Amino acid sequence: MATETAPNAPASRAAIGARHLRTDRWWLAPAATALALLTFIGYASWRAFSDADYYAAPYVSPFYSPCLAEACEPMRGGPNWALVGEWWPLSPALVILVFPLGFRMTCYYYRKAYYRSFWASPPACGVAEPHRSYSGERRFPLILNNAHRYFFYASAVIACVLTYDTVLGFRDEEYAWGHMGVGTLLFLVNIVLVWAYTLSCHSCRHAMGGRLRNFSRHPVRYRLWTWVSRLTGRHMALAWASLISLGLCDLYVYLLATDVISDPRLF
Amino acid sequence: MSDSTDDPTGGPTDDPRAEATADGGTGAGAGPPRRARLRIWRGDGPSGRLTDYTVDAHEGEVVLDLIHRVQATLAPDLAVRWNCKAGKCGSCSAEINGRPRLLCMTRMSLFAPDEVLTVTPMRTFPVIRDLVTDVGFNYAKAREIPAFVPPRGLGPGEYRMSQEDVARSQEFRKCIECFLCQDVCHVVRDHEENKESFAGPRFLMRAAELDTHPLDAAGERGLDRARDAQKEHGLGFCNITKCCTEVCPESIRITDNALIPLKERAVDRAYDPLVWLGSRIRRRRRDD
Repeated sequence: MATETAPNAPASRAAIGARHLRTDRWWLAPAATALALLTFIGYASWRAFSDADYYAAPYVSPFYSPCLAEACEPMRGGPNWALVGEWWPLSPALVILVFPLGFRMTCYYYRKAYYRSFWASPPACGVAEPHRSYSGERRFPLILNNAHRYFFYASAVIACVLTYDTVLGFRDEEYAWGHMGVGTLLFLVNIVLVWAYTLSCHSCRHAMGGRLRNFSRHPVRYRLWTWVSRLTGRHMALAWASLISLGLCDLYVYLLATDVISDPRLF
Repeated sequence: MSDSTDDPTGGPTDDPRAEATADGGTGAGAGPPRRARLRIWRGDGPSGRLTDYTVDAHEGEVVLDLIHRVQATLAPDLAVRWNCKAGKCGSCSAEINGRPRLLCMTRMSLFAPDEVLTVTPMRTFPVIRDLVTDVGFNYAKAREIPAFVPPRGLGPGEYRMSQEDVARSQEFRKCIECFLCQDVCHVVRDHEENKESFAGPRFLMRAAELDTHPLDAAGERGLDRARDAQKEHGLGFCNITKCCTEVCPESIRITDNALIPLKERAVDRAYDPLVWLGSRIRRRRRDD
C-alpha cells in the first residue's frame, strides 16, 4: 500500500501519501451514477432534438409538454399553445425542457450526484479530490444553484400540465372519453412519481414551513412541512424513479408514434 | 516504542513484539479468538508510519478493544484518546480503512476475518502522536458562532416552548462532538487553506440549531445567523455531498436538516427578492 510521505501535506497532519485508504468498492456508486446519468442525457438529447414522434393520440411525450411552439403537432385538447412563432427553428421540446432540466440540475440530490460522479469533488467520502483548489458554490457558475426554488416553482406548473396530459390519457385514439390503455397506466405512475419528486424538493419543504421558527403558531404549515419532510427523506429514490418513468413514458409514445407497438386497451 | 522502524516510506514494518502472540484480555465472546492484523499509525504527523500488529480478536469485540490489546501487550506507549467506550463521548474518533469512525462503535464483525485493518488518525487535523489529533481547530470555530441570545423578560426556568418548536434543534443536540463530520468534509480535508473561512458541518449545524430555536433573540440584537453562516462561516463552500451525514455516529441528518435548510434561509436573504420584500414590509408594520 502506498504510504509514502505526501509532498503537499501540511507538516503536522499524518503524512499519508495515498489519496485514500479505503478498501471497499467506493468507486462503484459514482461510476454507476455517472453511467445512468449519461445514458439518460444521451437518450433525452436525442429525443429532445429529434422534433418527431412525440405524439400518438391520446398521449403526448412529457419531453414535449406543454408544446409551446407554432410548429407543434396538433393535439386535440392537448397542452399546445403557440407562444413561440415559426421563427423558432429548433425542436419545441427545447423551449420547455430548460425548466425541468434546471430543476434537476440545481436539485440538492443531483448536485451531490454530479459533484461526486462527474467532478470528483469528492468522488466518495474519505477519498481525496483531484483539484488543487476549491471554492464551492460561492462563485459563478455554481452560485446559480441558489436559484433552485425558482426552477421548483416552474416545475410545479409543468407538473400541473403533465397531470392534465395524464387525464387526457383516459381517451382513446378517436378522442372518446372513458377509455384506458397501458399507456394511461404508465402515465399515471409517472405523474405520481413526478409529483412526489417535485413535492419532496428541499425548496418546497422550506416554502411549506422551513423558514418558520415557531411551528406551534402555524399548525397548517407545520402539518404540510411534516408531510413534505417525509417525502424529502426519499428524495434520491424519487429523483431516480421519476427520471426513469419520464424516459419510459417518452419511449412508449415514441414506439406508438413509429408504429412499433400498439397501445393495449384495458377498456 | 514498538514502531522502531526506519522505513522512510512509512510503509508497514515488522515489529518483533508486534508479531508475537498477544492475548491481553479475556475473551469477550464464547468462541475461540481469531488472529486480527492491524496496521496502526505510529509517531507524529510528518515522520510517523504505519506499523503492523497481530492480536487476538474475540467475538463481539470492537476495534477499540483491539487497540487496547495492542497497548496492553505489544505497544504500551501507543497513544489513543478514548473515554466512555459507548459512543457517547466522541473521544475515540479515527479512521479505519480510510473511513472516519468511532473506534468504540466499530465492531470487528464488520470486517472479513482475513482483512487487515488500517487504523489512522483523523486526516484533517494535526497529529499529536499516534492516533491522537489536535482538534483545537473545532474549538476555535465553536467560539466564532455567537451563543444563544436569551429573550428579554424571561429568566432561567421561565422558558416555555412547544415540542414541535424545539424538535428540529433537539436533533442537533444529539451531537457528541466527535468531529468525524469535520474530518470527512472535503472542503477542509483536501484543502487546508479553507480552514480559515469554513466553519465545517458541525458548526454550521450549530448555527442552524440556533437559527431555528424558538426563543433565540439574536435578531433583536442585530444578529442574522443565516446571513452570518453564509458570509462569515463559509456556508457557500458546502456542496452538499453528504459525507458528514454518512459518518455521523448519532445518525443526525446534518445535510438534510441543518445545512440545506440553512442554505435555503440564506437564499431567502440574499437571492430571493420576494422574501426580502415581504420581510421588509412585515418589519415595517411591526415597527409601526
